[in-house]
Amino acid sequence: MHEHVESIKIYTLVFLSLLILTAATTLVSEIDLGPLNVVAALFIAVVKMLLVALFFMHLRHSTILTKVVVGGGMLWLGILLVLSLADFNTRGWLPVPGK
Amino acid sequence: MDSHTLTPELQEQFETAAQQKEVSTLGMWIFLVTEIMFFGGLFLAYTIYRKEFAGAFELASNTLNVTIGAVNTAVLICSSFTMVLAVRSAQIGSRKALIVFLILTILLGGVFLGVKAYEWDQKFEEHHVPGPTFHLEKATADDQGPAQLFFSLYFTMTGLHALHMAIGEGLMLFLLWHAYKGKYTPAYYTPVDIGGLYWHFVDIIWIYLFPLLYLIARHKQH
Amino acid sequence: MITEAVQERETYLNASHGIKSWLLTKDHKRIALLYLHTITFFFFLGGIFATLIRLELLTPKGTLVSADTYSKLFTLHGVIMVFFFLIPSIPATLGNFFLPMMIGAKDLAFPRINLLSWYLLVIGGCFALYAMLAGGVDTGWTFYVPYSSNYSNTYVIATGLGIFIAGFSSILTGLNFIVTVHRMRAPGMTWFRLPLFVWSNYATALIQVLGTPVIAITLVLLICERTLHIGIFDPARGGDPVLFQHLFWFYSHPAVYIMVLPGLGVISELVSVFSKKPVFGYKIVAFSSVAIAVLGFLVWGHHMFVSGQSVYAALVFSFLSYFVAIPSAIKVFNWTATLHGGSISYATPMLYAFGFIGLFTVGGLTGLFVACLGVDVHVHDTYFVIAHFHYIMVGGTIMAYLGGLHYWWPKMSGRMYPEGWAKLSALVIYLGFNLTFFPQFILGYLGMPRRYWNYPDEFQVLHVMSTAGASVLAVGYLMPLIYFMWSLRYGPIAGPNPWGATGLEWQTSSPPPAHNFEETPIVTTEAYDYAALAAMEEAKVG
Repeated sequence: MHEHVESIKIYTLVFLSLLILTAATTLVSEIDLGPLNVVAALFIAVVKMLLVALFFMHLRHSTILTKVVVGGGMLWLGILLVLSLADFNTRGWLPVPGK
Repeated sequence: MDSHTLTPELQEQFETAAQQKEVSTLGMWIFLVTEIMFFGGLFLAYTIYRKEFAGAFELASNTLNVTIGAVNTAVLICSSFTMVLAVRSAQIGSRKALIVFLILTILLGGVFLGVKAYEWDQKFEEHHVPGPTFHLEKATADDQGPAQLFFSLYFTMTGLHALHMAIGEGLMLFLLWHAYKGKYTPAYYTPVDIGGLYWHFVDIIWIYLFPLLYLIARHKQH
Repeated sequence: MITEAVQERETYLNASHGIKSWLLTKDHKRIALLYLHTITFFFFLGGIFATLIRLELLTPKGTLVSADTYSKLFTLHGVIMVFFFLIPSIPATLGNFFLPMMIGAKDLAFPRINLLSWYLLVIGGCFALYAMLAGGVDTGWTFYVPYSSNYSNTYVIATGLGIFIAGFSSILTGLNFIVTVHRMRAPGMTWFRLPLFVWSNYATALIQVLGTPVIAITLVLLICERTLHIGIFDPARGGDPVLFQHLFWFYSHPAVYIMVLPGLGVISELVSVFSKKPVFGYKIVAFSSVAIAVLGFLVWGHHMFVSGQSVYAALVFSFLSYFVAIPSAIKVFNWTATLHGGSISYATPMLYAFGFIGLFTVGGLTGLFVACLGVDVHVHDTYFVIAHFHYIMVGGTIMAYLGGLHYWWPKMSGRMYPEGWAKLSALVIYLGFNLTFFPQFILGYLGMPRRYWNYPDEFQVLHVMSTAGASVLAVGYLMPLIYFMWSLRYGPIAGPNPWGATGLEWQTSSPPPAHNFEETPIVTTEAYDYAALAAMEEAKVG
C-alpha cells in the first residue's frame, strides 16, 4: 500500500532515466559486441522494467505480499523458459538421430 | 462510526475502505502475473526460434525501422510518465491535473498505436507478411521459412501488445469520464491506481519487445 | 412436514425471488449453485460420450460408429470432462459455497467477478456445444499439431475458443480465492487455523492463476496457425510441433492438480469429522498442498517422453516427476494416522473417503510407473495411461466431489439425503468403477493403444468387462442425481450441524442466511478442535 505520495522530482528522474536507457540500448546495438549484444540489451531492459515497477508502479512501497506475487510471476516465467530450453538446447547432444 | 458510510463506494464484503483498496490492488497485481504468463508463451517461442534461426532473424529484424521503433518506445514511456502523474494528482485531490494527465496519456497511447499501424502497413507493402506473398530480399531460399517465423512472432507479439494498449485506452477513457464527474478523491482513487498498474505493465512488455524485435544484430547493417 | 419456523426463517435461498435475483446475484452461495447446475449438465454430457465409446469398444471391429466419429467421441469426452466438468467442479461449487464461510467472511473478495466467472464458463460451454452440434472435433483433447493446425477438418477453432473462454473463468476464480484467503479472514483465523479444504483450494488457485494463461496463449497460437498459417508450429517454415506440446503441457499437467487438489482437501475434512479426530500432522498436510501446486509445474515433459524432446530433458522431467508423488503420499499417510484410534462413522461421505484413499493410491502408484522413462516408452498412449488417470480423476476426484456433496448437502439445502440409497450408490459406484477401469490397466500393459476404435480379438473379454463396469457406474451416478432432487422436497430437515463437525460453516443455520453470519465470528480455536466444540455445545445446553 502506498499512501505515501511520491515527489514529482523522483518521477521525473525515473522518466528521464528511461529515455536515456532507451537511447543507450539503441546506440549500443549499433556496436559489435558479439554475444554480449544480447546481454546488454536484456540488461538494459531489466533495468528499465525495474525502474517502472519500483517507482511508477510503487512496488518499493508495496506490501511484502505484493512483492512476493511479482517475484513469483517472474519465477514462473523463468520455469517456463528454463525447463523448455532444457529440451531445445540439449537436442543433438546424443549421437542418436532424433534425440 | 460506521466505516460503511464513510465512502459510499465501500462494498458490503469489506470491513474498511483500506481493506477494499488493498484487496483491489492485490487483485490487479495477480492479474498482471497472469499476463506475464500469457505473454510468456510468446517469449518462449521467440527465444527458441531466435537461437535456432539466428541468421534469418537478423536479416528480418534489420528490415524494421529502428528510429521509428525507438521514438515509439519514447512515446510510450512519456505516456507512463503522464499516467503516474495522473495517479499522483488523484492522490492529492487535484481533479483538473488528473483530467489533463489522463488526456495526455490517452493521446500519447493513441500516437503509439497510430505509429504501430503505420509500421504494420509498411510491412504489408514490403511483402513481409507471412504467407504466399512473403519474400525477404537478401535471405536465401532456405531462410525464407524461418524469416516468416520472425514476422509471425513480430505480428503476434506486437499485435497482442497493441490489443492490450487498445483495452488500456478504453480503461483510460472510463477513468477520464469518472474523473470528469468528480468521482475520484484522495479517499477513493483506487480505479486510477490500478488502471495505472495495468498501463505500466503494458509499457514494460514493450520495453522487452523493442530490443528483442528491433535490435537484433543492428551493427551488421544488413 | 416443513415447520413454519423454518419456512419463515430467511436463508440465502429465499432472501430474494425471481430469475433475475439468481442470474444477477453476487452471493457466493447462489453462484455456487449456478455452477452446480452447469457442471452437472456437462458431467452427464461427457458421460454420454463415455457411454458411446464403451459401447463401440464392446466389439473388436467397428460396429456403431465410423473411425472418424470415434475420434470425435473421445475428443469431446475429454474436452467436456476436463475443461467443463473437472476443472471447475469442486472449487466452483463447494469452494465457492464454503471458502468464505470457512474463513469467516461475508463473501469472496470480488463477488461480481465471481458471477462473471460463471458466465464465462457458460459462454465457453456454448462455444463447445456449438462445435459439438455443428460436427464435432476429432483431434483428441490434447489438440496436437500438425493434425489440429493443418489437417483436421473439424471444429477446432470453436472448441479452442470455448476452452479459452472457460480458462478465463478458471483464472478469475483462482484470483478471487487467493485474494480472499489472504485478506478476508475473520479476526483470529490465522493461516494455521484454516480448514485444510481452504488450504487445498488456495493451492489450486495458485495453479489456476499461473498455469491457465499459458494454455490460453497456446490456443491463440493454434487458432492463428489454423487461420493465418503463421507457421509457428509448422516444420515447413522451421516451426516445431514439439513447441506446441511444451506450451500445452506446461498448463495441462498442473491442470491435473487443479482437478485433484480440491478433492484432497475434501478428504481431509471427511477423514477428520468421521473419525472425530484432528487431521494428523495438520501443518505438513497444509504444506503438502502447496508443494503439489509448485512441484506440479516442474514435470510436464513426462507427457512427451516419446514425442521427440531431447533425452536430457526427458531425464530431468522423469527425475522431477518422482518428487511430486511425495506430498500426495504424505497426505495418504496422514489420513491413515488420523483414522487410527478415531471414532469411525460409516456415513456415506466417509464411504466415499475410503473409496478415494484406496483408488487414489492405486492411481498415484501407477503414476510412478509412467514417470519411469523406460516403462513409459512401452505404456505411453496405451490403456495403461487411461486407467492411471481415470483412477485419479474418477476414482479420486469424482469420489471426493460426491463425498463432499453428501457431506455439505444438509448445509446447502437444509435437507438430509436418504442415507440408505446413498450408501448403496456409493457401493455401486465403487464396484462399477473398478470393473470399468482395472481391466484397462491390463489392456494397456498388453498393448491396447488408446484412441483406437478397433482392436485384436484377444482383447475383447477385457473390453466387455470394462463396458459392463461402465454401465454399473452409470447407474451409480444416476442414483444421487435422483435422490438429491428427491431430498429437496421430501428429505428430513437438517439442523445446523448434523455431523458434529468443527468449522465455521457448521456454526450457522442450514441453509445459511444470505450474509453467512449474524456477526463476524472471532476465532479462538485451532482447526478440528473437537474438544472445544464439545465444550461449546455443553455451554449452549447448560
